Amino acid sequence: MSMTQVQIIGAGIHPFGRTDGRSGRDQGVFAVREALADAGLEWTDIECAYGGSEAAGNADIMVNELGLTGLPFINVSNGCATGGSALASARNAVASGQCDVALAVGFDKHPRGAFNARPGDWGLPEWYGETGMMLTTQFFALKIQRYMQLHGISRATLGKVAEKAFRNGTLCDHAWRRSPVDLDTILNAPMVNDPLTKYMFCSPAEGAVALIIASEKKARELGADGVRIASIAVRTRPPGSFEVFAPAISVDRGGKPTELASQAAYEAAGIGPEDIDVAQLQDTESGAEIMHMAENGFCKDGEQEMWFAEGRTELNGQLPVNTDGGCLACGEPIGASGLRQVYENTVQLRGRGGARQVPGQPKTAYSHVYGAPGLSAVAILER
Amino acid sequence: MSGALPVAEGLWTDEAEPRLIGGRHAQTGEIVFPMPGGDAAQHYVPVPLSRTGTLWSWTSQDFRPKSPPYAGPEDFVPFLLGYVELPGEVIVETRIEGAALSDLSLGMPMELVLTEFAPGRTTFAFRPIR
Repeated sequence: MSMTQVQIIGAGIHPFGRTDGRSGRDQGVFAVREALADAGLEWTDIECAYGGSEAAGNADIMVNELGLTGLPFINVSNGCATGGSALASARNAVASGQCDVALAVGFDKHPRGAFNARPGDWGLPEWYGETGMMLTTQFFALKIQRYMQLHGISRATLGKVAEKAFRNGTLCDHAWRRSPVDLDTILNAPMVNDPLTKYMFCSPAEGAVALIIASEKKARELGADGVRIASIAVRTRPPGSFEVFAPAISVDRGGKPTELASQAAYEAAGIGPEDIDVAQLQDTESGAEIMHMAENGFCKDGEQEMWFAEGRTELNGQLPVNTDGGCLACGEPIGASGLRQVYENTVQLRGRGGARQVPGQPKTAYSHVYGAPGLSAVAILER
Repeated sequence: MSGALPVAEGLWTDEAEPRLIGGRHAQTGEIVFPMPGGDAAQHYVPVPLSRTGTLWSWTSQDFRPKSPPYAGPEDFVPFLLGYVELPGEVIVETRIEGAALSDLSLGMPMELVLTEFAPGRTTFAFRPIR
């Protein structure tokens, strides 16, 4: 199939965090209007739309506010990959020639506190939850604990991940946490699940992101400030992977969904990790960013210790990672979180990052989502 | 612990030194835990698992999980949990008893015990072999 080149020509965001009195969907509408204004388009110009949330209702109801233009609006419900799947669908709609201008939107509004999962919803027996083993935070702690033992990652490095996130967040107007937190405070904060303290975890939050996708031809006609989507890959887990909510795992250790999505995205884009100028990696907690650096091919297992000691992932480093503070500083509204990464990459490639702008006019940007029950989405953008 | 009820039926064997009950896939021989229920059960044969293994990873639970589903006491006491590799069988998630966080290390030998995680209710756990 011959595929049209596709660009992001408009990007809008509703600030992440807590916005009392505004529904998740209204935050979605806000983001769509921001994206339309950014692209210089009207709602009537959007030919098809894909969107969703995890906990804030159906996206297609947004037409009540945006206008009853009769466009096809597909609700996407795909857990942590909701935003990534909406983007992949919108991009495919344009790439296949089905339409010239499409919308991808994700929003959410979660209750305060840790996500509360019910065993039955995940095909798990009740005893697993009753005995206190069904918590996402435990999984992340168990995964990084083993990784630290095997690959020599220190607790201080876990702290440095969070310290960087909060420092970048101070420079970002859509971030939730806007105050720096020093390393000692992070390391000495109350433990949630050893080795991860309170400041090393992101929190459920609220927020919305909208991206307007167009064919290269349409982008040229509009004179858009566009960013090309080089590739998008969404993958689910292979055999023998280690995922959230696993009462047992196979002794035959296998691959990882992130590795599959990453390799597919690099292959489709025709570039490798050494070609990436800026990256947004899923940092549900500090350990995730460390492990995802290796799973996405940016370094070998264990090299993260040196990378953080040398500040290689700082804004002015060799590979800036999570330039807007990531999930740690922005919180995690599940339906919007993956699109926030792509939004941030769009900002960086357009050179509109202001105080957090990566120097040297980055040309390639990488985003990576990981979520339950073992799925990953990777998008590579090029300028 | 006499009189205390198991958190679920069919999780471990009823013998002096109980063993977890897994399921061996009839075709592939792969072992899973717990023994699957529902339609998936037809593909598996129940099999008692090794009561000893090695520590694969661990963490602490320092805050009270939300109820439901958590059924432990209101008066929360932090506990340890982890994964124990039963050699050649499967790696099971489990509570860890009889150890402090600082006692734990990768690969240390562990053995199965039963523990009362809530008044009158037992579940399985592993503890370091002394």
